[in-house]
Amino acid sequence: MATEPTEMVQRTGATLGPGSAPPERTAQGQRTVGEITVSNPVIVCRNVNVHYGDKQAIRDVSLDIAHNEVIAMIGPSGCGKSTFLRCLNRLNDTIPTAKVTGSITLDGVDVYDRKQDVVQLRARVGMVFQKPNPFPKSVYENVAYGPRIHGLAGDRTELDEIVQTSLMRAGLWEEVKDRLDQPGTALSGGQQQRLCIARTIAVSPEVILMDEPCSALDPIATARIEDLIDELRQNYAICIVTHSMQQAARVSQRTAYFHLGDLIEVGSTDQIFTNPRHKLTEDYITGRFG
Amino acid sequence: MSEPTLTPATAETPAQRTRRLVEKSLRRRYRAERRFRVYGIVAVALGLGFVAFLFSSIISTGWTVFQQSYLKLEIDYAPDVLDPDGSRDPEVIGSADFSALIKAALRKQFPDVEGRSDLRTLYKLASEGGQFDLRQRVLDDPRRVGSQESLWVLADDRVDLLMKGEIERGLPEDVRGISDQELAWIDRLVADGRLEKRFNRSFFTRGDSREPEQAGVWGAVSGSILTLFVTLLLAFPIGVAAAIYLEEFAPQNRFTDLIEVNINNLAAVPSIVFGLLGLAVFIQLFGLPRSAPLVGGLVLTLMTLPTIIIASRAALKGVPPSIREAALGMGASQVQMIAHHVLPLAMPGMLTGAIIGMARALGESAPLLMIGMVAFIVDIPHGLTDPATVLPVQVYLWADSPERAFLERTSGAILVLLGFLLIMNATAVVLRQKFERRW
Amino acid sequence: MQSYKKPAIGAPRGRGGVVLKDPMQTSTLVLVLLILTAVAYRAGRQRSLALVGGVKGAKHLHSLPGYYGMLTALWCAIPALLVLALWHSFDGRIVTDMVVASMPSDVQVLSEDELSLVLNDVRNLVAGAIPAELASAEVQAAAARYQQLESLSRLAAAGLTLSIALGLGAFVWWRISPALRARNKVEQIVKVGLIVCSTIAIFTTVGIVISVLFESLRFFQVVPVTEFLFGLQWSPQMAIRADQVGSSGAFGAVPLFTGTLLIAGLAMLVAVPVGLFAAIYLAEYAHRQVRAVVKPLLEVLAGIPTVVYGFFAALIVGPMLRQAGEAAGLAVSSESALAAGLVMGVMIIPFVSSLADDMLTAVPQSLRDGSYGLGATQSETIRRVVFPAALPGIVGGVLLAISRAIGETMIVVMAAGLGANLTANPLEAVTTVTTQIVTLLVGDQEFDSPKTLAAFALGLVLFLVTLSLNIIALHVVRKYREQYE
Repeated sequence: MATEPTEMVQRTGATLGPGSAPPERTAQGQRTVGEITVSNPVIVCRNVNVHYGDKQAIRDVSLDIAHNEVIAMIGPSGCGKSTFLRCLNRLNDTIPTAKVTGSITLDGVDVYDRKQDVVQLRARVGMVFQKPNPFPKSVYENVAYGPRIHGLAGDRTELDEIVQTSLMRAGLWEEVKDRLDQPGTALSGGQQQRLCIARTIAVSPEVILMDEPCSALDPIATARIEDLIDELRQNYAICIVTHSMQQAARVSQRTAYFHLGDLIEVGSTDQIFTNPRHKLTEDYITGRFG
Repeated sequence: MSEPTLTPATAETPAQRTRRLVEKSLRRRYRAERRFRVYGIVAVALGLGFVAFLFSSIISTGWTVFQQSYLKLEIDYAPDVLDPDGSRDPEVIGSADFSALIKAALRKQFPDVEGRSDLRTLYKLASEGGQFDLRQRVLDDPRRVGSQESLWVLADDRVDLLMKGEIERGLPEDVRGISDQELAWIDRLVADGRLEKRFNRSFFTRGDSREPEQAGVWGAVSGSILTLFVTLLLAFPIGVAAAIYLEEFAPQNRFTDLIEVNINNLAAVPSIVFGLLGLAVFIQLFGLPRSAPLVGGLVLTLMTLPTIIIASRAALKGVPPSIREAALGMGASQVQMIAHHVLPLAMPGMLTGAIIGMARALGESAPLLMIGMVAFIVDIPHGLTDPATVLPVQVYLWADSPERAFLERTSGAILVLLGFLLIMNATAVVLRQKFERRW
Repeated sequence: MQSYKKPAIGAPRGRGGVVLKDPMQTSTLVLVLLILTAVAYRAGRQRSLALVGGVKGAKHLHSLPGYYGMLTALWCAIPALLVLALWHSFDGRIVTDMVVASMPSDVQVLSEDELSLVLNDVRNLVAGAIPAELASAEVQAAAARYQQLESLSRLAAAGLTLSIALGLGAFVWWRISPALRARNKVEQIVKVGLIVCSTIAIFTTVGIVISVLFESLRFFQVVPVTEFLFGLQWSPQMAIRADQVGSSGAFGAVPLFTGTLLIAGLAMLVAVPVGLFAAIYLAEYAHRQVRAVVKPLLEVLAGIPTVVYGFFAALIVGPMLRQAGEAAGLAVSSESALAAGLVMGVMIIPFVSSLADDMLTAVPQSLRDGSYGLGATQSETIRRVVFPAALPGIVGGVLLAISRAIGETMIVVMAAGLGANLTANPLEAVTTVTTQIVTLLVGDQEFDSPKTLAAFALGLVLFLVTLSLNIIALHVVRKYREQYE
């Protein structure tokens, strides 16, 4: 599986030059525009393809994710951005028909390699989902779940500390400190999503994947989560999928634009939103479709 | 930002710590994972093992019922026994002693046997039931009187058990149930080709009997058919009607809730309670006859109604609202909308539910014990008020019988019962697959 | 046993020679009614068309012509059939009363028991079950009167129903006019019919409660409730006749309750672990194709009639256990609670597994994803997230399974035995509530001895216990499903 990635990047996309594909046509074999590599990568993806049965969901995507940055994935629905995200912690494994090829390395180790344990991978690459999905347990147990299963806390005081720290970092402590034993499902939507973030950071991962974390929330809750993401950047690499371009512009440093399974363009968020180089990106940004 | 844990003064970051601890826990966790998975596999294997054990033990004890030992005898329809006056009156012939013909034929087969007790033992090789077959033959064609023919007549159940290997020859004579002398006769008959196992037609054409070799399931099958006929006739229309009301018309109020709670509860009430209801209401209050398929059918109707209603409602729910809206939009009334559009689309699902309900009713016995369908009934029932029994109750009756040969009959009856259930369920599956629609 | 066969609840018919109304008569009547109905349909349809001048004028009718026909037909058939049914429910009793009234006064003063014996003779005579020369003169006279009254009743029924059918049919036919809202009226009738059908469930429950409660109350007049519920001695076979000395059988049902619980407990010990783990494996681990094969195979167990399990427990598992016990030096009764419990457990496996399967698959995938996303293994996810989330539903399912185990009849009747032992040893024979109901009510019986009434009292207990289990379980399951909908 681990091929020579850098050589393969340029393999496809000979027929369509940058900016030449009209938006109404599919960008088959599109070559990515912009700089896909970074100087301090955590995750390096090369030529990732995902098939669901006969259907190809993403095609030849190559992208680096850097330490301490927020990278946003944008694009019209069905463009494969969530699928790509779920490759990074091998959550696609839970879908029987999904097949992933190409290479994805985390700190130089291929995550789809036999030697890479999926449990450990997911402990290192945490994930927050589109819909808040707290377990039907108490607030405390929700946060303590990860440390418990991984054996991260030696005793109860240590666990209490992890729970408290995680809730504090997720900005939820003040709101829930008096009702830690109430069910997590009883919190409001925004609180639930922050609980899920607290749950994720309680494991101390290296990367946090966020799959449209605010799509089910109201604007105020969204603003809180966005602030939180900005803070979390100090310690983690964050990869966020969003269908809101404004959100991408607000929270991310880099932005990747996906279109029908192709990674069309990557660049600094400023550049993508002010000066997109690819026609498809520009059309999407300017709202001509999407 | 405070760190989640108070780590000693090493350079380990929280993420590195996580990596280390997770790494450490992996072996233990994967062992637990495998163990858990094995529990699941063991449970499934146990379940499948039970299925296999059940079927193999029933089939292995029951398959021999399809064969029965018959004796080939030279029957002489002696006129002096059957019709001494030569009147050819069916009444005279009908009351003649046909067992004498079989005895005579046996004597002819073994001319060397003498003495009353020896002869009596010899006569026991043939079944008591053979004479009824002979009588039927002569009554069917009275010209047989005076003629002779070579005929296969039913052998005794002990002979049958020996032929099927159920009685071991090696056992001492007194526990074997068959004497050495009988054994010698049987061997001679087998060597002459006069004793062999043939297809057991009478098992499928006769009613119950005290004699295992004569007992058949046809009476019970007829009883089951009559009972299920009543059940289907009542339960299906009523069940569908109730489902239509609850699904299409009923307003959301307490009355509807009450009906729903009742239906769901009745689906889980022990079947024997329905038997008590049948006994108290149909038999004692309305004075309907005991042991009758009519009452059995009524009781089973009440029992299967919830099943049919629930299945029919599910089928109605499966019809998408767009079709209802389309019909109403064309100006159809609600009744027309249901009758012309919803019902035809939901019908396969309803039929499937009805078949499954019928299958359940076919296998039910406890409530029928309460209303007296447990009597020993030889005659084949022909009407809804004839005393009758049903297949599962027949199984119960035979399972209680002490004769060893009834064990085989019981398993045979179970096989017949399971055969019917298989056909019904297969029909339901085919129906579902053929008409299943995904909207 | 030639006992006094006094029919309970004043039932008019004894067991011996049951006479049903000549079925031909009633069926002919129904057939005539159906023909009349068909005629009414045509007549109603024709009249509606005739009123507007044939098919061309049909648009002037409020409804399609068929609806006018249907309205006429429904009014012709339904009231007549209802009257016929009512007549048949009560004519037997009325005829009997009239026969009794006509009999000599010395017969009338007989006790109820003796009277019903005489009436049995009368009916047997009418049915030809006993030859006329064996009957006494007064019985013969009564039989003649009986026959006469019965044919009179049939004649009256025929006359009444036919005239109702004709009268109402003609009335509706006469009322037909183009403005008559026939479709609405037909639909209203249909709707009423549907409502009646759906209330049958309520009537069934009411019927169960009344019939069981009524007889139970009579039982509790003889045996105090406290003795029944808390007594430790059960030997109903003693009480053959109330006037026998020292015949008061013991009706303490505690041994029955413990026996029932013992067997149901054994069954759950088999069914819950096997069913749950099978469900977990099939819902979470098994490949789709494996699941598609194994799940129906397991459900075969649910489709097998209980009598087959009874046979299996009594004639295959029971002897096997006894042999195994002998080999191990244990005394295993040939009708042990163990055999019945084990086999019942096997029967309940698919019940538990398919319910648990439903509940597990109802747990949203997002919860599993959340757990996997944190790095949990599959078994950790199942044990710590999916199973706890499905627990309320599974508990509901297990409660339903317990209710089923308690109410199961054939297995225990065939395999558990009759001795009311107060024991917790599964190797001994115990008896259960359902077994006793069957033993007390099957066979020759008198309907108002404490012995038979006890069966109804047991039935009442059984009904109440299973009913409350069902209500709790259904409520729990319903709440659970709503949570994830």
